[in-house]
Parts: sequence; structure tokens; C-alpha cells
Amino acid sequence: MQSDFFTLVCWGVMAAAAIAMMMRRPVHAVLVFVVSLVGLAVIYLQLRAEFVAFAQILISVGAVAILVVFTLLLTRNGGAEAELKRTAGSAIVGLAMAGLVMGCIGICVLASSAVETSGAVTPATVRQIGEALMTQYILPLEVLGLLLTAALMGAVILAMDPARRHNERKP
Amino acid sequence: MQTILAVTDPEFWIVNLGAWLTGWFEPAWRPWIQALLQAAALVGGFATLFAVTTILERKGLGRIQNRPGPNRVGPFGLLQPAADGIKMLTKEDIVPARADKIVHFLAPIVMLAPVTLAFAVIPYGREMTPMPLDAGLLFFFAVGAGSELAAFMAGWSSRNKYSLLGAIRAIAQMISFELPLVLSTVAVVMMAGSLSLVEIARRQAEYVSFVPQWHILTPWGLAGFLTFFTAALAESNRSPFDLPEGESEIIGGFMTEYSGFKYAIFFMAEYFGMFAVSSLAVVLFLGAWSAPLPGLQFIPSYVWFGIKLMGLLFVFIWLRGTLPRLRADQLMSFCWKLLLPMALINIGVAAGWHYSRDWSFPAAWGCRWFLGLAGVGLPFMGLAWGLRRRRGWGPRVYRYAE
Repeated sequence: MQSDFFTLVCWGVMAAAAIAMMMRRPVHAVLVFVVSLVGLAVIYLQLRAEFVAFAQILISVGAVAILVVFTLLLTRNGGAEAELKRTAGSAIVGLAMAGLVMGCIGICVLASSAVETSGAVTPATVRQIGEALMTQYILPLEVLGLLLTAALMGAVILAMDPARRHNERKP
Repeated sequence: MQTILAVTDPEFWIVNLGAWLTGWFEPAWRPWIQALLQAAALVGGFATLFAVTTILERKGLGRIQNRPGPNRVGPFGLLQPAADGIKMLTKEDIVPARADKIVHFLAPIVMLAPVTLAFAVIPYGREMTPMPLDAGLLFFFAVGAGSELAAFMAGWSSRNKYSLLGAIRAIAQMISFELPLVLSTVAVVMMAGSLSLVEIARRQAEYVSFVPQWHILTPWGLAGFLTFFTAALAESNRSPFDLPEGESEIIGGFMTEYSGFKYAIFFMAEYFGMFAVSSLAVVLFLGAWSAPLPGLQFIPSYVWFGIKLMGLLFVFIWLRGTLPRLRADQLMSFCWKLLLPMALINIGVAAGWHYSRDWSFPAAWGCRWFLGLAGVGLPFMGLAWGLRRRRGWGPRVYRYAE
């Protein structure tokens, strides 16, 4: 029963992703893509990775999808008339890109030592994840923080008054 | 779960009532029946609270504005929510001709469902948490992400300029105020050492002599509560931050093109969001279900939770009757320039409070309090003074709409 549900969710996620690619309106594509992201979170929940599942929803739905729709809102007429054009060329490029990304992730996963420890794994508690982040993975965490701060400062500079950006006095 | 409670505890009967009811079914069905019962109790309870709050709000606002409020339906107008419900149900459901029908239909559902999910992780009383998750706080904020998407769906699918503007305002406001909202809870998580709301509630239910260990009774807790409550007002689109619907400027925001029951669902989702975020404030800062004095513990824990929740809801209504609406640019600079730095500073103050707990010299308690209040108060005064001096009072500047 558990594996049946797992298969069902997996098919759902893949179907949603495929439909998202075939949608003509960008807004519809994003909304269907959100379904696929939430499906991924359900898979994490089934693997008893609560923290990862909630973080997935918080970041993918709460930040990534919102960023996309907000950009659409700021375009002309809220992107209502926008339609994606698809040609044979774009399909080939898309497939090539998908293959490249799949290949990269596949190589990373196969090269990782985590694959060997298959079988029953005890789910990590939030406390364990926090301790690992603060000890073993402190450097990546700090580097990521620095990167995000740089991005934030870049956004502030972009949003600044152009006159003040170039150190000129406003008229 | 039942073993922790004694027969004399008032919570025992409510928890065991569920077990007794599920006992009538096949063992394989029991988890499902239990989940169904809990969901029914939550939705039923909060729907009733919704009806009660609407009448209290209309009566209260009436009193504040020196008028009687609704007083025609039933005794003292108490049946007004029922009349409103019937009106909403029987009203014509209008969908704009050029609207995106499916997205327009789905938006109210996407709005209401996540808010209802958030109720599941709140500890309403001792051993009375429907879903005691290890990462309950994270779950609460994760499901909250859905309401931003719903605001977009509603605003975009209506194909109406006011709706679109309302959606832009709503999303910008919700994203901005989510930062101080989440950051002000970080201090609580640090002190409790847990993301579990059950654990956070239990930590506050202890007493040193007769003083409860509520987080609001510490300098960082007080500052955190004020930050959290202000951000919560904005997150639930309540006055003075009700710009997304601002009926005097953009008609009704992203809800402009909704009528009948779909509008009622938006209305309900907004109130449910207010209940959820108030419940979270009660759990994080006001000691959840614990009594304010050890001698008052004979009153059931869920009653205390209810009293605190109603108190916060009263403040919501009171503020709506008192404060005028902010301007969009004031709202943004208030969040990013004052609330966000204060939330960040408060984390540092909380850390100082944590590491000074072993101080044992005379007047250590007063010294900690003084340092804590100074750590929060001085930056606040400095920020407020600096911001006022730099901006001053002036006309609104249109940068992109000239």
C-alpha cells in the first residue's frame, strides 16, 4: 500500500512536470509546476524527511514560484497575453539541456558515497540536521550566506535611485 | 498519549472521547477515523469562532465609532452571522467573461486549504495537539506560502486592473513581512532548543516561585512579541496594513471580481489566517495553555488557551477601529528599515539573555533586565530617530509612474 502510494505520487510529479512544459501560458506552466514541487515534498514526507519536505515547500513554493509569478505581474498586463512559442529547434535545445542536467545530477549521485548505504536508514531529526549544519557543513553554510548577502546588496543597488547610484546630486 | 494524563485532569475526557469514538471502528480504520475526527473538531471549532468573531468585530467597531452595530437579526443582533451566511450562499456567483475560469475557481480553495492545515500543529491544551510534529513551526510557515500563491491566482485570473494591483500589493507585503515574522520566532526557537510547538509550550508551563516562565516576561520575549504581532497584523492583511484590499483605493484588491460564496471563502480564509497566527503568538510568547499563576491551574488548559486567543483577537479588532491605513511606501520602509533590523537585534539580545542566566551576584536579575531592555530599546530609539530625520514628512514621490 505504501509503495503503491509512492508510485502514484511519482507518476503525479512527473505528469505535472510534463504538463507544465506543454502549457502555452507561462502562468499556467508555473502553477502546474507548483503541483509537481508539492508532490516532491510529499515524497520527502513519505521518506520521513519532515524537515526537507517543509523546507522544500517553503523555498520552492514560497520563494521560487512566487518570484516567477511576481515577475509576471510586473510585465505588461500581468503576462495575460504572453504565450510561449514552441518550435522544433526549441524542443531540441530543451531536450539537450534536460539531458545535460540529468547527466550531471546522475554522475554526482552515482559518485556519492550515500548510494552504497542503501536499505533501512533511520530518519534524521531536526536536531541532527542542525548540528551537522553547524559543525560538519559550517563552511558551505557560511559561503552560502555570503553569496546571499552579496545578492541582497546587488538588489539594493539595482533598486536605488539612479542619481544616487552615480553619486550625483538630485535636481 | 493517554497515559500522561490522570483521570482527574479535564483534558483527559476530551482526549479519551476521541479514543472511545474511534474504538467503535475496525483497527485498520482507526487512524483515519481519528484524523477525520480531529479535522472535524478543528474546522467546526474555528468556523464557529469565525462566526463569533465577525459579530464581535462588527459590534466592537460599532461601539468604537459610537453607533450600535448590527442589532436587527435575533436578540441584540446576535444571529447576524447566520443571516450573512445565508446571504452569501444564495448570492449569484459572477465570473468575469474574460477571466481564466479554472484559476479563478481554484484561488479561494488554495487560499483556505493551507490556512486550515496550519491549525493542525497548534497545541490547544495539555496533550491536545492534533499533529505533534517535530518541526511544527517550520510546517506552519511552509503551509503559509500557499496563501501568497492564492493571492496571485485570484488577482491574475480576474483579468482586472484593480485585482492585479491588489495581488501585487498583497504578495509584496506578505513576502516582506514574512521576514520579521519568521526572524522574531528564531529567538524563541533558540531558547527552547526545539522547532516543536509542543515542546515550546511545555517549556513555558513551569513556574519559578509563582512567576510563569512565559517568553513575554523577558526583555527579548517582549520585543519579539511586539515584532511578531506587528508582522502578524500585516501577514493577515489586517488594519492598519490592509492595503491589499484597500477598498477606498483599489476597490477590493485581488478579491474585486469575487462574489457570493467564493468571496465568503476569501473572507473566511483571512479570519482563519488571523486565528492561526494569533494561536502561534499565544504558543510562542504567551505561554500557550499554561495558567498565569500556579493557583489557577484548576481551570482547564484549553480554556486558558481560548482566553489568550480571544484577548489577542480583541486587540486585532481594537487596532482596526483605532489606526488609519498606511501608504504602500510607508508600509515597505516600515518593514525593511525598522521591523527587520529590530528582529535581527532581538536575536542577539536573546543570546545575551541565554548566556547571562548563570549570573549570581546580587541584583543580577535587575542587571540582566536592564541590559536586555537597553539592548532592544536603544537600537529602536536610534533607528526611529535616524529614519525620521532622514526622511522627514513630505509628499509622495512617484518614481516609475511619471
